[in-house]
Amino acid sequence: MGISLSNIDKSYKKQIAVRNITFDVNPGELFGLIGPDGAGKTTIFRILATLLLPDNGKATVAGLDIIKDYKAIRNSVGYMPGRFSLYQDLTVEENLNFFATIFGTTIAENYDLIKDIYEQIAPFKDRRAGKLSGGMKQKLALSCALIHKPKVLFLDEPTTGVDPVSRKEFWEMLKRLQKRGITILVSTPYMDEAALCDRIALIQEGEILDIDTPQAIVDKFPKDIYNVKADNMYKLIQTLQRYEHTYSVFPFGEFVHYTDKRVTFKTEELQHYLESSGLNAITIAPTHADIEDAFMELAKK
Amino acid sequence: MKRFIGFIRKEFYHIFRDRRSLFILFGMPIAQILLFGFAITNEINNVNIAIQDHSKDASTLEIINKISNSKYFSIKQIISREAEIESIFQKGKIKAVLNFEKDFGRNLIKEKSAKIQIITDATDPNTANSITNYINAILQNYQLEKNKSIQIDYQIIPQTRMVYNQELKSVFMFVPGVMTIILMLVSAMMTSISITREKELGTMEILLVSPLKPFQVIIGKVVPYIFLSIINAAVIVLLSIFIFKMPVEGSLFLLGAESVLFIITSLALGILISTISDTQQSAMMISLMGLMLPVILLSGFIFPISSMPAPLQVISNIIPAKWFIIIIKGIMLKGVGLAFVWKETLILIGMTVFFIAVSVKKYKIRLE
Amino acid sequence: MKNENVIEVENLTKAFGAFKAVNAISFEVKKGEIFGFLGANGAGKTTAIKMLIGISHPSSGKAKVVDYDVYTQPEAIKRNIGYMSQRFALYDDLTVQENINFFGGIYGLSRKVIREKSKNLLVELGMHEISSKLVGSLPLGWKQKLSFSVALLHEPKIVFLDEPTGGVDPITRRQFWEMIYKAADQGTTIFVTTHYMDEAEYCDRVSIMVEGKIEALDTPKNLKQQFKVTSMNEVFLKLARNIE
Repeated sequence: MGISLSNIDKSYKKQIAVRNITFDVNPGELFGLIGPDGAGKTTIFRILATLLLPDNGKATVAGLDIIKDYKAIRNSVGYMPGRFSLYQDLTVEENLNFFATIFGTTIAENYDLIKDIYEQIAPFKDRRAGKLSGGMKQKLALSCALIHKPKVLFLDEPTTGVDPVSRKEFWEMLKRLQKRGITILVSTPYMDEAALCDRIALIQEGEILDIDTPQAIVDKFPKDIYNVKADNMYKLIQTLQRYEHTYSVFPFGEFVHYTDKRVTFKTEELQHYLESSGLNAITIAPTHADIEDAFMELAKK
Repeated sequence: MKRFIGFIRKEFYHIFRDRRSLFILFGMPIAQILLFGFAITNEINNVNIAIQDHSKDASTLEIINKISNSKYFSIKQIISREAEIESIFQKGKIKAVLNFEKDFGRNLIKEKSAKIQIITDATDPNTANSITNYINAILQNYQLEKNKSIQIDYQIIPQTRMVYNQELKSVFMFVPGVMTIILMLVSAMMTSISITREKELGTMEILLVSPLKPFQVIIGKVVPYIFLSIINAAVIVLLSIFIFKMPVEGSLFLLGAESVLFIITSLALGILISTISDTQQSAMMISLMGLMLPVILLSGFIFPISSMPAPLQVISNIIPAKWFIIIIKGIMLKGVGLAFVWKETLILIGMTVFFIAVSVKKYKIRLE
Repeated sequence: MKNENVIEVENLTKAFGAFKAVNAISFEVKKGEIFGFLGANGAGKTTAIKMLIGISHPSSGKAKVVDYDVYTQPEAIKRNIGYMSQRFALYDDLTVQENINFFGGIYGLSRKVIREKSKNLLVELGMHEISSKLVGSLPLGWKQKLSFSVALLHEPKIVFLDEPTGGVDPITRRQFWEMIYKAADQGTTIFVTTHYMDEAEYCDRVSIMVEGKIEALDTPKNLKQQFKVTSMNEVFLKLARNIE
C-alpha cells in the first residue's frame, strides 16, 4: 500500500520540472515533500495521481503501475490538488454529496472516517463553498478527498496560505488519519511542518536534496550553529556578512543563525568584533540546526 | 448510473445558480426574435423624397400625385435649384430626389420620350436600390395606363406572385436564422464554457482522478443543455407563430426532430471546442468568432449563398447552420416532408458523427 | 519632526450588515518602524488593510495615513504609499523593464528618473542582465524581490506588504527580509502581514487580530514575556485558541 518512484524525469517543453526523482513511501507512513514553490512538488503529485505521464522512470502506487493500472489507481487514491478545487457555487453538503456519488458511495457509508473533520464544518453545511474561510475550505476539501475511503492520500500544499492555528489543526487531523492506516504523501513550503512528518524529502528546482527522518536531517548539519543577537538587527546582519570568518549568516526569528568557517571558534572573538563595530547588548549562544538550516545548507551545494 | 445522475444533478445546480447566464439564455432568444421581427426589415415604407419639377405640367403633376398616393413614399419638399440637392442629402432626412426635365409633358407627347432623373442617397445601397425599383414600378404603371387608349402591336404584362411568403415579410426569413444562431450559441458556447470552467477551477483534475469515465463527464455536461436548447427552440417557434403569424406548413414533429438533431450537432461542436481550449475565455472567443460569424455571414441567413463568390459558396457547405436553415425553411414555409430534406439531414448527421469522433479522440484522460 | 506617527488609527470599524469584520481597532505606527500585522484567516486583516490604503470606506472610526484622512483624502494616501500583495504583484506577460516603466509611470515619475532608478535597482538585485526577460519566466523569489523594489520606486513613506513571502524558498525569504530591513533603515515604514511566525519576530512591533479585534500589540519580546512562552508561534496559538 506504499508508494514507490524510481528515476522519474519530467519536462514541459524545454523546461525541466523534475529530474531523477527516486523515493519510497512505506505503507502507513506520513511522508512530506518539503520545498518552495516551483520545486516540482505538484508535478510529482500529478504523476502519481496518473494525471501526467513521466518522460522516464517508473512509479507505483499501492503496488499499481501509474501507467498501466491508471484506472485502478484512480479508484483507490484520494487527491487534494494545490488550489482549492471544489465547486464554489455548490454548498458544503452538495459538494460532499457529489463526490460521494461519483465514487459510488454515500456520506453515511464512510461517515466514521470523516466524522471528526466534517463535524467542524457541519454547522455551515448549507453555505456555498466559495463563501468559506481558508481553513474551512481546507477541511471540506479533505473530507471530499476521503469520502471513498482511499488507501493512499495525496495532499498537495494543503496548508499554503492558511494561518498557523488552522495549520496546526490540519496536521492533527493528518496524524489521526495516519493511525487508521492511510498512507499519506503531503507537500508543504512551510519548513516548520517538516518535523511533523515521519520522513521527508527536501526538494528544490526539480531535484531531491535529501531524504530522511526530520531528526536525521538536522543531525547531519555539518557545522556548529550559534544564536547571535544585538540591539540592531539590520546592522548585525551587515556586520556579520562583512566578517572574514563568516560561513553563513541567516536571520532566524529574534536571532541570527551564525556559522563560522574555522574548525575552532571562540565566541569571545566574535563578541569583540561585534562590539568594536558599534553593536550593543550582544548575546552569542550555541543552538541546534533546524530543517531550514539544513535546507539552506543543502541548497547551496 | 447513479454516478451519472449525480453528475447531471450537479450540472443543473450550476446552471440554476448562475442567474445572470440563465437570464441571458432565455432572454436572448426572445429579444432577438422581437428585434429581427420588428426593427430590422428590408421593406420600404413612407420614404421621404423631394421633387424638382422643371416642367410643371399636367403629366408631371399626375406622376407626382401617383407617387405621393402610394404608401411607399411621402413627398417632403419641392425644390427649385440643383444646388439644394446636395444639402438635402447631407441632412439625411430625404432619401431620394426626382428631377423632371424641362418641357417633360410636351416631350412625352411630341418626341415620344421624356427624361426623369432619380437621385438616391446610396449610403445604404440596399435601400437605394429598393427605392429606385419602387419608383420605376410606379412609372411603368403610369405608362401602361396612358397607353391603354393607344393600340400597340403587342405588349408584355408580367404578373408576379411571391410564393411561400406572399407579403414578403422579412421576419419569415429571420426566424429560421435566429433560431439557428440561438441553438448554436446555447449549445456550443455553453457546453464548451462549462467544460473549460472545470479545467480552470482545477475540478477537472479531481474528476479525472475519479471512477467517472470520460464519456460520462461529457454526456453529463451535454444533457442539461439539450433540455435548455429544446425549450429555447420551442419558445422561438411559438413566438414566431403567435406574434408574427408565421406559418408552419410542414410537420411540427419533423421540425422538432430536426431541431434536436441540430442541437446535438452544436453540442458536439461545443465539446470539440472545449478539447482545444483551456480557459473559459478562449472557449468563448472560439465559439463567438468561429461559430457566430460564419453562421451570420455564410449560412444564407442574411446574405443569399447564390450571390456569393464561388470560393465562399464552397466554404458555406461545411457550415452546419446552412443545412439546418435549408431544412427549417423547407418545413416551415414550404411544408415539405423528410422526402425533400433527407439529403441535408444526412449531412448534419454525418457532421455530428465526425465532431463526436474527433472529440473522443482528442479528449484527454490526463492533463497534457 | 512634529509628528513621528505615520499611521494613526482610532476605533476603526468596518461592518458588513450586522457582521463587524473590523471591530473598533486602534493603533499607531511610527516612522521607520517594521509593523507586523498578524491574524488568522478571516480575522479581518485584509479588510483593515483595504481601509488603510484608501480602497475601502470605513463604517466608523478615525484613521490617518501619512497625515491624510482615509475618508477625505484617499487619493493623497495612494500617492504616498506602496503596496505589494502575494496574489498580484507584477504583470507576467511584460518584461522586467516594462514592468518597472509601467509602475514608475503610473506614479508619475519622469522618464529620466525611471531610467536612473531602474538602473540602480536592477544592479542591486543582480537582474540587469535579464531586464528584457518576461517576468512570468522568473522564479517566484525573484519576482517577489523585484515587486518589492517596484513598490519602493516612487519613494513611498509607507509600504504595505500582504504576505510577501508565501511559498518562497528559505534563502530568498531571508534576502527579502534584508531588503525590508534596509528600507526601514532608510526611514520607510513597513506594514507587513505574514503566516510565517519566525518572520513575526523580525518586526519591531506586532499586532495580532482575532475576530475583528486587536487582541495583542507589543514588541515580540514583550508579547512572549506577557504570555510566558518562548516563540511568537506559541503566542499566536494561545491567543487564537483562547477565543475559540
